[in-house]
Amino acid sequence: MDFDFSDEQRMLKESVDQLITDRYTFEQRKQYMKEEAGYSRSQWEQYAEMGLLGLPFDEKYGGVSGGPVETMIVMEAFGRGLVLEPYLATVVLGGGLINLGGNDAQRAAILPQIADGSLLLAYAHSEAQSRYNLADVATTAKRDADGWILDGEKSFVAHGNCADKLVVSARISGDRSSRDGIALFLVDAKTPGVSRKSYETQDGQRAAQIKLSGVKVSSNDAIGDPGKALPLIERVADNALAAVAAEAVGAMAAAHDVTLEYLRARKQFGVAIGSFQVLQHRAVDILVSLEQARSMALYATMMVNDPDPAERSKAVSAATVQIRRSGKFIGQQVVQLHGGIGMTLEYKIGHYFKRLTAMESLLGDTDHHLAALARAGGLIEASA
Amino acid sequence: MDLRFTPDEIKFRDEVRAFFRTALPASIRRKMELGQRISKEDTVTWQRILNAKGWAVPSWSREWGGTDWGPVKTYIFKEEMQLAPAPDPLSFNVSMVGPVLIAFGTEAQKKHFLPRVANLDIWFCQGFSEPGAGSDLASLRTSAKRDGDHYVVNGQKIWTSRAHHADWMFCLVRTSTEGKQQSGISYLLIDTKTPGLTIRPIHTIDGEHHFNEVFFDNVRVPVENIVGEENKGWTYAKYLLGHERVGIARIGAAKHRIQRAKALAAHVFVGDTPLSETVRFREKVASIEVELKALEITQMRVVANAVHLPKGAADPTSSILKLKGTELQQATTEILMEVAGANAMIRQQEHLWGTATEPSIGPEWTATTAADYFYTRAASIYGGSNEIQKNVIAKRILEL
Repeated sequence: MDFDFSDEQRMLKESVDQLITDRYTFEQRKQYMKEEAGYSRSQWEQYAEMGLLGLPFDEKYGGVSGGPVETMIVMEAFGRGLVLEPYLATVVLGGGLINLGGNDAQRAAILPQIADGSLLLAYAHSEAQSRYNLADVATTAKRDADGWILDGEKSFVAHGNCADKLVVSARISGDRSSRDGIALFLVDAKTPGVSRKSYETQDGQRAAQIKLSGVKVSSNDAIGDPGKALPLIERVADNALAAVAAEAVGAMAAAHDVTLEYLRARKQFGVAIGSFQVLQHRAVDILVSLEQARSMALYATMMVNDPDPAERSKAVSAATVQIRRSGKFIGQQVVQLHGGIGMTLEYKIGHYFKRLTAMESLLGDTDHHLAALARAGGLIEASA
Repeated sequence: MDLRFTPDEIKFRDEVRAFFRTALPASIRRKMELGQRISKEDTVTWQRILNAKGWAVPSWSREWGGTDWGPVKTYIFKEEMQLAPAPDPLSFNVSMVGPVLIAFGTEAQKKHFLPRVANLDIWFCQGFSEPGAGSDLASLRTSAKRDGDHYVVNGQKIWTSRAHHADWMFCLVRTSTEGKQQSGISYLLIDTKTPGLTIRPIHTIDGEHHFNEVFFDNVRVPVENIVGEENKGWTYAKYLLGHERVGIARIGAAKHRIQRAKALAAHVFVGDTPLSETVRFREKVASIEVELKALEITQMRVVANAVHLPKGAADPTSSILKLKGTELQQATTEILMEVAGANAMIRQQEHLWGTATEPSIGPEWTATTAADYFYTRAASIYGGSNEIQKNVIAKRILEL
């Protein structure tokens, strides 16, 4: 048992933390948000330079062969800074699907471009009716002479506004929710028939609804074996949940720190409000909730490469339940402890709350993951 | 970073597990499995089995019978003991008076007491709380006045767990009323058979006798029974705070209750459906399992961090373990009682003790669940209530 980072991991953490401290103050973030795509292009280039965009990829694709711990380190720092750049969409989700499910040619074509910052991906999977069921795909892919024709509508495509390429899921056979019959395709966002309606999310990020009308893709654009994509979809979803768990911990920790500063500085009745026991106990409840969340983010990180998909998903669902509960509790309480200033758009604390809230519905909410864990028999085996 | 145990740690775990499997007497194991109460004799028997193996006081220094296990192995040992399930060693001896004597006792005190404390030849109880000094412990008033070679002790202690079993008491007494309250307290060892010392039972809401009142009426204690210096007792008592960081969360015990609740729920029916198959039950248990897993990892983080701390240094995070750990002890006793349903409310104390000659009304395992539930409410009260723990965390960790 060993909770220590390696030297390389420690260096990575120091450099990413430093970057966020120096270049992601709340004021700087406001400026980044105003850029056309809703994030900072120069930050993105900086990430590429630091090797963050190729973090999980092999060296031969311009990556650094990092594992889940490296991703955790980066995402936690990004959570602290409320980072706007499409890292999850491009590197963890899009890049993850190509890296884990693509063939050599696809990896060689795509991953180096992600790593050098020149290519943005988005993952177009969810649909209006699917809620959190990963197998619920109504978008169709029909065989064409030399490829496939895609028709359907994708919802909640994070950073779908700016992506150069989309990874699109579509059904080639089976009922709307059957586990078999799902395929993944790499689709250039400029392909005729692709239209997107971009929007801003509540937490200041960007996303899009994407419509596919008779979109032609070649057979070479299928990722993996068409019809057998669900296990890959589930694996990458678990990777993303582990990454988001770390991001949430970063946001919670930062919100907690900001709140402690406020409790020490704000004076009422002639004393710092942090001297009031009722507020001290609330701050302790936040700390306990945060430490429990941190432990479960570590658990998800450790289990995400487990060779048994059932064990992996169970662990990730368990972690997600804790993360979502802590996120909701901490988000609500840090606003409460700030009083009126917590309600204002111009002060940072409310933005942590908004980001934590947005993360709650990403790839399944608390109830969804609790139900999944309970169906799978929980974490402890019965024994009398 | 790797949260899994190393091959060496797994080997150790298997060794410990195998030992518990063979060394724990079947009658004690059965009581533990049914959630029944463990008698004084059971506790003594088990402690002596552990002592014969050299595992009675693993955290003590080697010189006094301890091991050089380090935090991870100590954690594994405690976890396996709770999962066996074996009785807890007497914490007053093993985790409290022993370490204090090792740190602050005289050579004569160590030589006399430590081997007997380890073998449970002497059973210690803790004389801290008083009617007027609970959470505000430093306001204690039981006095010890010097009279020649003796201290003369007068006053009263309360909530004294298992004093009715005890041969000796380690006791905080007031030796000075000058200056700060904390600086007038001394740490005395008192033989419970000394004339003038009276022990009266307090019956608790589980219908049992755990606690006592202890009255001191001119109790004469030889001066050589003071530990360390006069008026420094508060420091010695506080020495233990934050030290008991390995196993404080009692993960193994909570896990064992969940294992049982899930197995027993398969035999309880809601209409035609086993309780264990209902969505409500499964999600409720899963919810506790999530918190328990999180706490287990938090506990391991504290354990792993202990390697980096100077020996004996306190880790304030252990307060979090106490806080969350007691909540989960309570949640797990609650769920077992809920599985028992209305059977839990049948009061059958003889089945609690495993001394019944008649069969139980309802399944035998249900007879212990309410008593456990009621008694476990004490977990968030004793050893510094959870509210006091929060005060400590707010001050020491959050610096509020």
